Amino acid sequence: MAEPRKVRFKINGAIREGTAEPRKLLVDFIRDDLGLTGTHIGCEHGICGACTILFNGEAARSCLMLAVQAEGADLTTVEGLAAADGKLHPLQEAFWEHHALQCGFCTPGMLMAAYDLLQINPTPSEEDIRTGLSAVLCRCTGYQGIVEAVKAAAERMRSTS
Amino acid sequence: MSAADSSRAPDPAPAAIGKLVGARIRRVEDRRLLTGRGSYTDDYRSGIPLYAAFFRSQDAHARIVSIDVSAARAMPGIVAVVTGAELARVAKPMRARSTMPGYRSTSQPALAIEKVRFVGEAMAVVVATSRYLAEDALEKIAVELEPLAALFDLEAAAKTEAPRLHDEAGGNVLVSREFARGEITPGLDRAAPAAAALTIRERFRFQRHAAVCIEPRSYVAEYNSGTGELVLHSATQCPGVVRTALAETLDMPEHQVRVIATDVGGGFGAKSSVYPEEVTVAALARMLERPVKWTSDRREDLMTTSQAWDEVIDAELALDADGTILQLKADVIADIGAYSVYPWTLVIEPVQTVSFMPGPYRVSNYWARALAVATCKAPTGPYRGVGRPVSTFVMEGLIDRAARKLGIDPAELRMRNFVRPDQFPYKTATGIVWDQAPFEELMLTACARLGYDELRAEQQLVRATGRYLGIGFAAYCELTGIGSATPAAPGMLVPSGTEAATVRVDPSGTVTAIFGVASHGQGLETTLGQVVADELEIPLAAVKVAYGDTASAPYGTGSYASRGAVMGGGAGILAARAVREKADLIAAHLLESDPRAGKIAEGENRGGRRISLREIAQAAYSGTKRLPKGMEPGLEATRFYDPYYGTASAAVHALALEIDPETYAIRILRYVAAEDCGRVINPLVVDGQIFGGVVQGLGAALLEQVVYDDQGQLVTGSLMDYIVPSAADVPTIIAEHLENLSPTSLGGFRGVGESGTIGAPAAVANAIADALAPLGVVPNEIPITPDWLFRAINKCRPEPG
Repeated sequence: MAEPRKVRFKINGAIREGTAEPRKLLVDFIRDDLGLTGTHIGCEHGICGACTILFNGEAARSCLMLAVQAEGADLTTVEGLAAADGKLHPLQEAFWEHHALQCGFCTPGMLMAAYDLLQINPTPSEEDIRTGLSAVLCRCTGYQGIVEAVKAAAERMRSTS
Repeated sequence: MSAADSSRAPDPAPAAIGKLVGARIRRVEDRRLLTGRGSYTDDYRSGIPLYAAFFRSQDAHARIVSIDVSAARAMPGIVAVVTGAELARVAKPMRARSTMPGYRSTSQPALAIEKVRFVGEAMAVVVATSRYLAEDALEKIAVELEPLAALFDLEAAAKTEAPRLHDEAGGNVLVSREFARGEITPGLDRAAPAAAALTIRERFRFQRHAAVCIEPRSYVAEYNSGTGELVLHSATQCPGVVRTALAETLDMPEHQVRVIATDVGGGFGAKSSVYPEEVTVAALARMLERPVKWTSDRREDLMTTSQAWDEVIDAELALDADGTILQLKADVIADIGAYSVYPWTLVIEPVQTVSFMPGPYRVSNYWARALAVATCKAPTGPYRGVGRPVSTFVMEGLIDRAARKLGIDPAELRMRNFVRPDQFPYKTATGIVWDQAPFEELMLTACARLGYDELRAEQQLVRATGRYLGIGFAAYCELTGIGSATPAAPGMLVPSGTEAATVRVDPSGTVTAIFGVASHGQGLETTLGQVVADELEIPLAAVKVAYGDTASAPYGTGSYASRGAVMGGGAGILAARAVREKADLIAAHLLESDPRAGKIAEGENRGGRRISLREIAQAAYSGTKRLPKGMEPGLEATRFYDPYYGTASAAVHALALEIDPETYAIRILRYVAAEDCGRVINPLVVDGQIFGGVVQGLGAALLEQVVYDDQGQLVTGSLMDYIVPSAADVPTIIAEHLENLSPTSLGGFRGVGESGTIGAPAAVANAIADALAPLGVVPNEIPITPDWLFRAINKCRPEPG
């Protein structure tokens, strides 16, 4: 069994640290050691996308990463999407308005993937959205509300930027 | 037609008080779910927990000769390793009971003791200070298994000479039911009725599926050795059922067992059963007097969470020259896996397939047989639609074959046979009563919205160019919100026919409505709040809806069988109404006016005085001095609701698709679901159930299949192999709603949660058959994969050159 190592990184704007065995998954570290249970585990083999976070600004599957890989990095999870005063991100507002969630379990991953999609492509077509979000599985919504929500959020973000 | 019509944003103006039911209100539960503040079972942080990991069989059928856990026990961080024999001292095996004649029950110990019956069945459990260490120790468990002849084919398993999975059952056929109504000769392939111009005979196959909730199953058990209370946090749809089941298996008084389902990440029926892991985790917590936690990984989930459908149906439909149905016959064999699912029993799937086979049609003469056969696979259990996706696939497939042979338009043939509006209440051949359903109107609505006539014309044109464009229908009716007259499974451990609600007003005037139904995505926290708030004529924000905790909820079984709105709503109305009546009397008394004129009026002026619910509540809790003579203090009510029969919920699905002749890829051009779910509480929620259900149905039709190899190994053991639809795989769905209030349910509500999966496989199969009509290819199997299409089409294609 390898020795636990010190891990230190920025997450949602704050520096956090702890110790982790090299084999400890990043998503387990975020949930158990940092107490940020918003990021969810759906498959542990990188398909469902519920564990999607932003790693140095890009979407990444935290179930396929090790905690020690995050050393010195800058992470954002769903808890970091809303503003410090609690004001929801346009994506969160749009998801709420358009019924883009039902059980909510895929939602954190879907939000982070949508955030990354809009970073890369601020004017996505419906097809772009469906393809861009195909990496996160939802079993409840049929994706319809999600697609509408991302369209609406993209429009709102363009008009306020 | 753009997607915007189907899921437009809610109105910005808040819905008026008393008019919340019917309003497109965004959900109250969403804020926490959107900000990562949901409370799923794996999020729950008890005291210092221990973590369980299960040692599972890699053999499909074997006798356990010996199991040696001594090396595992010695591993770092290991607190206990428990075998089946040891667990049996503190936990009785699960045995799903039924009073159905001919039913043979099976005993399922939480950890296998003498033999294992499917790959993935647990034989031992490791408990450690971390999940990582627990899984390390699994590798040190040594087991000696003596392989037994295994069975994976349901027809082979049904033979009397087949090796037995359960000696006590005397065979693998665990239930056999036969049913006949009207003038009919039992059995298939007999002489047709004299008036029959056509008999359609077909063998249908509906393969095995998995629910794949994005949240895997998760349990955290805590035991208080001081009070003797066991508390289980469980990702379950049915806290009440789990509580009763744990009391039975752990031999504990029911009032010492508490089950709490907080936020649950999807269920679809797969989280309505009681699982061996659930019983084990609870037993361990009690045994070790430490909190014990287990969360399934996806591989375990695909191996052990209850699977769905897996039936072979031989069916026959006889019609006269006008296309009027004369008789229907169906012989159903269901592969229910290794054990009878607990506590629903294996009966529910095949019997519902048979019960609902006649569909929305006038069928007076019906013969059916249902067999449930055990094989070495994971047990099947309830999954969205239970029996009805299969029965709809069969009946709608028979109807379409008849339409093609008779040269009658498939929509027209259905219209000719639908139960007519003047025939309700209509008792079907299987004894189910449809209280009311607008089948003809649904078909006309679906056709209009689809643009049916235009599509038929287009089809004629494109066929000439060698393109495969097809249109398909599926019409069905289901019984939702079933009451005590229609048990989900007769003689089952827990009764499913009632639900309850407590509505409580606090001294400060805030209202709590507590339910036995529990939400796992369907928005009950909002919709039941709308119902209660309207009854009390207060804003939605004044009502807190609570559910999922057996300690606070009046007894209820949970959310399944499309019953949440009908039964939770009905109980909520009764309880709120009782509170309202009492509050009105108190208000009138306080205002010294005629009790018949009393009315809660939030801020309303009455004779110069306003009276709020808060004032009324203060009076209610301050004692008899301020209350009408003889009135008991307090302001709360608990009511139970039994709709007795249940209420019909119907739909017609219609779609157009095109098949690429080179790649066999399927492109859905338009999908319409026309449905009637009675009074709509929240259009957003109903739309969401339709869209989500249809997409699950499309996955079932085209992508999903649980596959076992000939050694019983699960081939589809990851999400790479078991393909669940992604956003790129599915179209926009168009939902059309009729709103005929249920004449029998208290709020006029009908259930709608399962409807999508019921219609989609049948509609897709029919559309593909229609597209390939020039080749004569007619799918009789679900899923219709590219591979299936490739083989079928190439058999029929003329040779090139």
